[in-house]
Amino acid sequence: MRIGVVTFPGSLDDGDAARAARIAGAEVVRLWHGDPDLHGVDGVVLPGGFSYGDALRCGAIARFAPVMETIIDAARGGLPVLGICNGFQILCEAHLLPGALTRNQHLHFRNRDQWLRVEAAGTAWTNRFTAGQEILIPVKNGEGCFVADEKTLDALEAEGRIVARYIRGNPNGSQRDIAGITNEAGNVVGIMPHPEHAVEALTGPSLDGLGFFTSVLQALAGASADGQRAGGQQ
Amino acid sequence: MTTQPTDPQKAAPSGFAATDVLVNEFEDGPDTVQRAEKTPDDLQPHKDLGLKDDEYAKIREILGRRPTASELAMYSIMWSEHCSYKSSKVHLKQFSEKAPKNTRMLAGIGENAGVVQISDELAVTFKVESHNHPSYVEPYQGAATGVGGIVRDILAMGARPIAVMDPLRFGAADHPDTARVLPGVVGGIGGYGNCLGLPNIGGEIVFDPCYQGNPLVNALSIGVLPVERLQKKEATGAGNIVVLLGARTGRDGIGGVSVLASATFDEEAEQRRPSVQVGDPFMEKLLIESCLELYDAGLVSGIQDLGGAGLTCALTETAASAGTGMRVWLERVVLREASMTPTEILASESQERMLLIVTPENLEQVLAVAEKWGVWATAIGEVTAAAEDGTPGRLVITWNDHVVVDVPPGSLVDDGPVYHRPFREPNDVLLLQADRAETLQRPSTGDELRATLLRMAASPNLCDKSWVTEQYDRYVLGNTVLAQPEDSGVLRIDEETGLGVALSVDGNGRFARLDPYEGAKLALAESYRNVAVTGAEPIAISDCLNFGSPEDPTVMWQFAEATRGLADGCQQLGTPVTGGNVSFYNQTGAAAIHPTPVVAVLGVFDDVARRIPMGFPKPEKAEGDLLFLLGETRNELSGSEWAWVTHNHLGGRPPKVDLDAEQKLGAVMIKASKSGLVAAAHDLSDGGLAQVLVESALRHDVGATVTLPDDGTSPFVYLFSESAGRALVVVPRGRDKAFTALAAEHGVPCTPLGVTTEQKALDVQGQFSIPLDEVRTAWTATLPALFESAFESAQAEEPVRSVTLELTKPE
Repeated sequence: MRIGVVTFPGSLDDGDAARAARIAGAEVVRLWHGDPDLHGVDGVVLPGGFSYGDALRCGAIARFAPVMETIIDAARGGLPVLGICNGFQILCEAHLLPGALTRNQHLHFRNRDQWLRVEAAGTAWTNRFTAGQEILIPVKNGEGCFVADEKTLDALEAEGRIVARYIRGNPNGSQRDIAGITNEAGNVVGIMPHPEHAVEALTGPSLDGLGFFTSVLQALAGASADGQRAGGQQ
Repeated sequence: MTTQPTDPQKAAPSGFAATDVLVNEFEDGPDTVQRAEKTPDDLQPHKDLGLKDDEYAKIREILGRRPTASELAMYSIMWSEHCSYKSSKVHLKQFSEKAPKNTRMLAGIGENAGVVQISDELAVTFKVESHNHPSYVEPYQGAATGVGGIVRDILAMGARPIAVMDPLRFGAADHPDTARVLPGVVGGIGGYGNCLGLPNIGGEIVFDPCYQGNPLVNALSIGVLPVERLQKKEATGAGNIVVLLGARTGRDGIGGVSVLASATFDEEAEQRRPSVQVGDPFMEKLLIESCLELYDAGLVSGIQDLGGAGLTCALTETAASAGTGMRVWLERVVLREASMTPTEILASESQERMLLIVTPENLEQVLAVAEKWGVWATAIGEVTAAAEDGTPGRLVITWNDHVVVDVPPGSLVDDGPVYHRPFREPNDVLLLQADRAETLQRPSTGDELRATLLRMAASPNLCDKSWVTEQYDRYVLGNTVLAQPEDSGVLRIDEETGLGVALSVDGNGRFARLDPYEGAKLALAESYRNVAVTGAEPIAISDCLNFGSPEDPTVMWQFAEATRGLADGCQQLGTPVTGGNVSFYNQTGAAAIHPTPVVAVLGVFDDVARRIPMGFPKPEKAEGDLLFLLGETRNELSGSEWAWVTHNHLGGRPPKVDLDAEQKLGAVMIKASKSGLVAAAHDLSDGGLAQVLVESALRHDVGATVTLPDDGTSPFVYLFSESAGRALVVVPRGRDKAFTALAAEHGVPCTPLGVTTEQKALDVQGQFSIPLDEVRTAWTATLPALFESAFESAQAEEPVRSVTLELTKPE
C-alpha cells in the first residue's frame, strides 16, 4: 500500500508521519505541495506544522496548494485522508470536515502526553481500535480548540463522527472535548493530537498512535479485496 | 521570489567601474571615500557608536584617512565587545592552551560552532550563546531571535539543526517585571522553535534578584551532519559570486551588538527597542531547507550566517578568513524599506539571512533552489584576488556607484583592540566567604524536615517547570529519547545503529559569586554528571559566560577566575571547549549579576536504547527496586537552595569540587548502563537529596521508603546538602551485587538508601512520611500561580490555590 505524505513549506512533522506509516508497513511516497500529481498513492497524510507560516489563518493558504486540489477531489471520491494538527486545520479550511480550529483557550502552545477515548472505530483510520478504547498520544498545538455551531456538533454526535475525545483534561478548550472528527463516509479524518509521535517505545509515550496507520492499511486491504470480488462477479 | 539582477553584467559582477565616477557626494549623497579624503577634518560621532578615542585614531591610521560613515559604523560593530571579544580574548586563550588532546574535533573555537565527530560518518555541532540584552528590552522578539541566531550558526557548519535548549535566568519570581519578561521570553522561544520544527529538549529556569533588569536568555542548538558535508566560511576563489540568501533586509536590529550588547543598561533602555531584531521562523525554516539542499548538491563554496553585525560581519569574516578581497554592489540587496542608507544596510541585523560564496557556473542552480523554497537570493558581489605579494584583498562596497567602503577586511576582524583589563578581587569576597550557611539554624525534628521539604519543592527554583516547558514542542522530528525534566536531553541520531547524544546545560551563579574559580568548575561538574548519569560518555563542551561590566575590575576578576576554572576543569576531564560566547555588561548601574558561567556538555551513546531515565520506574515486584546513593555527602550548605529559600542567605564557600570523583562516578554510570544494571538515576544538585526524591517519585507516581544512614551525618545534611559528585540510583533486585561491586571497583562510595514502593508516599524512616499527592500539589502550583493569566487562574482547582497561598506565606 502506498501512503503519500505531503510537504508544504512549513510542514514540520512530515518526516515523522512518513516514519510512522513506514513502521506500520506502508510504502511511503513524499508528495510536494506544488505538484498536483498524487503518484498513485492509496491514502494521504497531511502532517503537522505551520504550512505557509500560518499566514492569514492556519491552513487557509495550504487548502489552495496545487496538491490539495487533487486531494480534495480524491477525498470526495473515497481516498483515505488523515489530517494531523495542521493537517486537520487544512481539512477544515478545505471544507472536507466541518468546524474550525481556533486559538487554545488558555492562549498558550501546549505540549503534553494526552489521554483520548476513541469513539468512532469504524473509520478508515481507526478500524484497529475498539470504541471506548483509551489511548495516550502527545498533543502539541497553539490553535487546537475545535469549534462548530451547536447544530453541527449535535449532528457529529448523532452520526457517530466524533473520532476521539480528550479525557482526563481538555488541553485546549475544544467544544465537547473533541480531539478528532471524520466526514460522513469515514474516509477523511482530522485529529489534533499527534499519533505519529506514539509509534516507538524509545521516543513516544506509548505505541497507541500506530493504530491509525495500521487501520488505513487494513481498510485499503479490505477495499482492494472487495474490489477484486466485485471485479470477479462482473 | 528569487531576484535576478536585470543587468546581465551584474548577474556575474566583474571589474571595477565605480571608483572614478564623479558624483554629487558633497551635497545629499552618501559619505564616500572620495569625500572622506577631501574632508579629513569632518567631526565624526565615533563615541556615540561606542568607539573610544584611541580606537577611532587606530581606524584613521589603518585607512590613512578618516573613515566614511559606513566604514565607521562597520568598525564600531566589529570592534564592539560583542563581536571582537576585546576584553575576554586574553582569558579565553586558555581554552585552547589547556585543551586536552582530542581527535574528534573537526572545527573549534573561532568557527560558527564547534564540530565533533561521533562516528565514522557523522558529526554533531553545538553551541550555546546569549541573547540577554535584547530579551530584556523586548522579551518575545529578543528570545525568539536568540533561537534563530544560534540555529543559523549550526546551519552554517553544514548541519541540520535537530534540537534547541534554553538556560534562562530571571529576577525574583514574584517581581512585577519578571511577570513581564518571563512569559514573553518563553513565548518567544516556543513561538520560534516550535514553528521551526526543532524539539526543545532541556535547559534551566532560575530566579534570583541579581538578574532583575538583566535576565539571562541563553540559547543552545545542536545539529548533525555527514562528516564530508562540513562547510567553511572562507570566501575563496577570485571571481566567485557572493550571494545573499533569505529574508529581505530591513531597519531592525541596527546597532544591536554595539549599542545593546556592549553597554550597561540605563534608564533609556526602553528607547532601544528598535535595536532588537524581529524574527520570522517560517522564513528560517525555508532557509534551513534550502541551505541543506544546496549543501547536498555541492553548490556552496563558502557560507556564513548573518547574525549580530549583519552583512558587515559576514562580508568581512568570509573575506578575511580567506585572505581575499570582495567587491559588493550594495544597491542589489533586497530591502524591506527602499529608503535605507548604505550604512543602515551594512549594519542591519535583520534575521533569517545567509551569505553564500558560489562559483559562477553554480549560480543558476543556487537561484533555482532558492526559488523552489521561496526565499530571496541575490548576487550582490564577487570575490576578488589577494595581491600577488600575498597582501590580502580589499573589501570595496559601492552604493549606486558611490564608493562607500574601501577597507582591508582583516582590519575589522583581526586587528581590533585587545584589552588587558585590570582586575582585582572584590573587597567583599572574604567577608562573604566567612559568612557560612553551615552555621544557620536548621530544622531537626521530623515535622520540621517534612515542612522544609515541601517548602523547598514549592520554591520557584525547584518547583515543577512544566508550565514553561509545555509551551515547547519536544516531540517534533521524532528522535527525542529524553527531554526536560530529565537530567539531559537525549536524541537518537541514527535510526539504523541507535547512535545518540546527550546534552545538558548548567550553571550556578550563587556558587560562582562565592568563588568564581570553583563555581565554574562546579557548573562543569554538574553538566558532566547530568550527561554521565544518563549513561552517555561526555566528550565536549560549549560555554556561555554571562558577566557584568568588564570595565569594573572586580567583575573582570570574576571573569578571569571563572575562565581559569573552566579551562582547568576541561583539561582535567579531557573534554575540550569547542566554542561558546561571552556576554558582558549584564549590569544595571553599579549592580552586576552574579558571575554566571553556563556550561553545556555533549555526550555520546553507541546505542541510545540504553539511556537511563530519572524517574522511579513502576516496581516490577511488590518489594520494589533498590535505591543507592553514589558519592559522599558532606556538611555543605553554603550557596545552597536551602540557605536561600529558608534564610535568604548567600555566603560561605561553595561545595568542594572533585573532578576526579566526578569522572569515576561517570565511569560507573556508563558501565552500569552498558551492562543494564540500573533502571533509573538522577543527579543530585540544587536542593540535594530531598529534591531528587521528590522529582524521581513524581515522575511516574512511584513512592519510596528511605532509610538515611546512621553514620554521624544528620538527616538534615543528608537531605539538603548540595555536595557535588552524587547521584541517586535505582537498581533492580538481583543486580545490586554487581552494581555495588562496580562502584567499589571505581572507588565510588555507594550507600544503600532504601526501596521504591507501591505506596504513593515518600517515607523517610524515623523522620516523616508525605503522600505523593501532597508533594505534587506543592511542587506544581507555583509557576501557574505566578504567571498564569487571570483566565486560567479562575479555572484552576480550588485546593491548588489555597495550598499555594499557604506556601508563599513567609514564615
